[in-house]
Amino acid sequence: MLRKFFTFSWVLPLAIILGLVTATSAPAHADEFSDAVQALNAKSKKQIGQAIDALVATGDERAVPVLEALLNGKLFYRKADKQVFFAEKSGKVYVLTDPVTGKEAGEATRKEAKKIGINNKLRGQLKGVLGAMTLMSPDSAKRMKAADEVFKANSPGMLPMLEKALKREDDADVRDRMTRARAAIVLEYGTDTQARIEAAKVLGDFTDPDVSALLSKVAANADDDAVKAMAQDMQVSVENRLATWAFVGNLFQGVSLGSVLLLAAVGLAITFGVMGVINMAHGEMVMLGAYTTFVVQEIFRNNFPGAFDWSLAVAVPMAFLVTGLVGIAIERGIIRWLYGRPLETLLATWGLSLILQQLIRSIFGPTNQEVGNPSWMSGAIETSTGLVLTYNRIWIIVFSLAVLVMLALIARKTMFGLQMRAVTQNRSMASSMGIRSGWVDALTFGLGSGIAGMAGVALSQIDNVSPNLGQTYIIDSFMVVVFGGVGNLWGTLVGAFSLGIVNKFLEPYAGAVLAKILVLVGIILFIQKRPRGLFALKGRAVES
Amino acid sequence: MKNKLRLMAGTAAIAAGTMLSTVAHAADTIKVGVLHSLSGTMAISETTLKDTVLMMVEEQNKAGGLLGKKLEAVVVDPASNWPLFAEKTRELIEKENVDVIFGCWTSVSRKSVLPVIEELNGMLFYPVQYEGEESSRNVFYTGAAPNQQAIPAVDYLLSEDGGGAERIVLLGTDYVYPRTTNKILRSYLNSKGITDADIMENYTPFGHSDWQTIVADVKKFASAGKKTAVVSTINGDANVPFYKELGNQGIKAEDIPVVAFSVGEEELAGLDTAPLVGHLAAWNYFMSVDADVNEDFIAKWKAFIKDDKRVTNDPMEATYIGFKMWTQAVKQAGSTDVDAVRQAMYGQTVPNLTGGTAVMNTNHHLSKPVLIGEIQDDGQFDIVWQTDGEVVGDAWSDFIPESAKLTADWTYPWVCGNCEKPMFEEMAAK
Repeated sequence: MLRKFFTFSWVLPLAIILGLVTATSAPAHADEFSDAVQALNAKSKKQIGQAIDALVATGDERAVPVLEALLNGKLFYRKADKQVFFAEKSGKVYVLTDPVTGKEAGEATRKEAKKIGINNKLRGQLKGVLGAMTLMSPDSAKRMKAADEVFKANSPGMLPMLEKALKREDDADVRDRMTRARAAIVLEYGTDTQARIEAAKVLGDFTDPDVSALLSKVAANADDDAVKAMAQDMQVSVENRLATWAFVGNLFQGVSLGSVLLLAAVGLAITFGVMGVINMAHGEMVMLGAYTTFVVQEIFRNNFPGAFDWSLAVAVPMAFLVTGLVGIAIERGIIRWLYGRPLETLLATWGLSLILQQLIRSIFGPTNQEVGNPSWMSGAIETSTGLVLTYNRIWIIVFSLAVLVMLALIARKTMFGLQMRAVTQNRSMASSMGIRSGWVDALTFGLGSGIAGMAGVALSQIDNVSPNLGQTYIIDSFMVVVFGGVGNLWGTLVGAFSLGIVNKFLEPYAGAVLAKILVLVGIILFIQKRPRGLFALKGRAVES
Repeated sequence: MKNKLRLMAGTAAIAAGTMLSTVAHAADTIKVGVLHSLSGTMAISETTLKDTVLMMVEEQNKAGGLLGKKLEAVVVDPASNWPLFAEKTRELIEKENVDVIFGCWTSVSRKSVLPVIEELNGMLFYPVQYEGEESSRNVFYTGAAPNQQAIPAVDYLLSEDGGGAERIVLLGTDYVYPRTTNKILRSYLNSKGITDADIMENYTPFGHSDWQTIVADVKKFASAGKKTAVVSTINGDANVPFYKELGNQGIKAEDIPVVAFSVGEEELAGLDTAPLVGHLAAWNYFMSVDADVNEDFIAKWKAFIKDDKRVTNDPMEATYIGFKMWTQAVKQAGSTDVDAVRQAMYGQTVPNLTGGTAVMNTNHHLSKPVLIGEIQDDGQFDIVWQTDGEVVGDAWSDFIPESAKLTADWTYPWVCGNCEKPMFEEMAAK
């Protein structure tokens, strides 16, 4: 009810005016427009809302940039004389432009000018108004956006405008969206039963959560029983189709969680799985990788801001090198003295993890560091079916698989891989064949750590870069490796993805906390049955 | 001979001097304990508060100290380890003989300090918004109680200006603060005519990083044809991935506004806020508040921390107010004795950094204004709504039936933190 009230209040004048604008009537008096702009600097948000209506009512084309500036927080007023200006930040001052004449009007410091603030309600109003004003734009992408905004605003005043736009629209996709917006208005505000039923049928063809929302609203509130029943039917059919897509979405989320687990665990699959070292500092290697990303990005920000999108391409090998070297140092310095003493290894590496965390905290400070997403990792593929696939998740899935393939190739196809496998399967035999098992150990540990560092680059894109980053992943990593089968890369792959998917399918029913607990209990039971995990290594090496 | 005498006199003077100075040193300082985690999960938030106390101590010393003595900060690190908070409190009071402690962030750490500080009759200033339902004789709560943050924020969401929400999602981290706050909010929403069918409640573990399913669920919940808003009591590290997911899934503030109680300038520092413009936070302080006293404070902070990019936030203001009040109360009492200072605390006033005046009430909570801000693309907040005056902090919520009966008042005749009737009722009646 409230909503209806406020949409009407600004839409009625809008409808009249839009008619005027499109009829290319002569612009109203300049004074009227300048007064309307000045009125935007009002005390209460309600007054600003009325001022926006009044501004639209002037029918002046110059209103569009003013409203856009207001929406984007670029409309300021000068404290001295309360004049309204466009303000563009340049260094420490704002460059002011007169919205009426379009001329520059000097500069103002932060203290001299103040932004005209808006709230969410005004933001919605502005987007709706601007949407209606750009329905005729020559740019089809803009028209598409406008049609969506009009659909969201859903107010009867926009109907004439929409019909006009529909008549001349030749792009099929945009037409589709406009039809949707039109049907929404007819269904909710129309008076003719037949037209409303038709509108409900039209809407029933869209698989869209917003449409479902609208239909259920009408099904609950409509005064006409026939319309009510139709809306109800259509809502059910839309909801059924949405459910299928929701399943696909859930599957994607599971795969995505699985890829994160895989990345975190794959380094551990080498240090713990292959070498048998219980490395509690594994999480800190991930953290070091994330901080390397931060440092690389800082260098890019300061020196090559234009090439920022490439920063990750540099960060990945850098992170591998840095954490790989740290890993080799750890193996040479600490772990090699502790082979065969798992308890001491556990304590020593745990202490090391605390030292590394505090070191990073002392150097970079305890607060989160800002790691930016390159443009190709921001945003999402958004289908109109409510399914959202975010780019950063997609890339992380790809990256995790690439890392795994690379690792498998190293293990299978290179000399080092051969030596690594030889040493783990039978150390004394390998040494007697002339392999320097000590160095192979160091390099293997370095490889595992380096991969953890690369995982850190990926995780910096979705998680906090703080000294505690690693702690979040250490338990999950051990879980995946143990579940998948110690010493088996494929086990890690299958383990990570199955845990991710199971977790995500449990989450909607059990909640995030309980889902995690259930998965953990499940793994404990599973390990009772198969102590060596999903894919157990067979042979004499294992028994020893 | 003369030389020898001179030498002896000299040595004696030096000896006396050193002795005097050590004596003077011991008697001439007032010790201020700082109990904030400098390592572990909470270091991210608490280190800032440690620095704030140090800044205030330095400033007070520059102004001549207190009661003619210098202040000396004693900093300990409870390392985000809850039982260690209790141990460190004992160390501060028994070994270091501090006169006052500024510290704690999470409610669970405060709960672990409580028995110790009550046993040893210490004084703790707690500077963070919390779930209420507590009033200890030995603790002054300078952060917001639920009626100074959560209730006004929900009122705003339900109001016409806030979008007129009809369905509410309560998202929180799984521990005492979100659960208690949401319990209060649920009964408040029910009293406002929002039924349980229109309330979704969801909890996640500390540091939760995979928000895909939950954000998708919220979207689904919002598509029932009623305006939906999210109230977030998500705490700490989990906020960054949550807001990233919101931005990536394209949830705009006009469609589903999220109002957060634990997200301030500091939390937004590691985040690109452009996709989040319009989401809300409720606090008693925002860095963007246009007031001279606030600008002075920000300038002082940046100079002290030697970093022009650092931000200020609400718990810092609460620490500032608490510290100022304590110094005033010490001056008034003319002593640092805990009992004397406590009596002097009641009615103590300090100008807020946001304008207006904070008053310490006899329930150990402050009267403060409540502000609601929208996130801007520069990581700051734009204030869209604020209370007309100060709101009196309420220790026991009126919206939980069993708490509504309780009163906290540490002055005669009540002298109690959770009583249904005054301790000295009969005497007062006579």
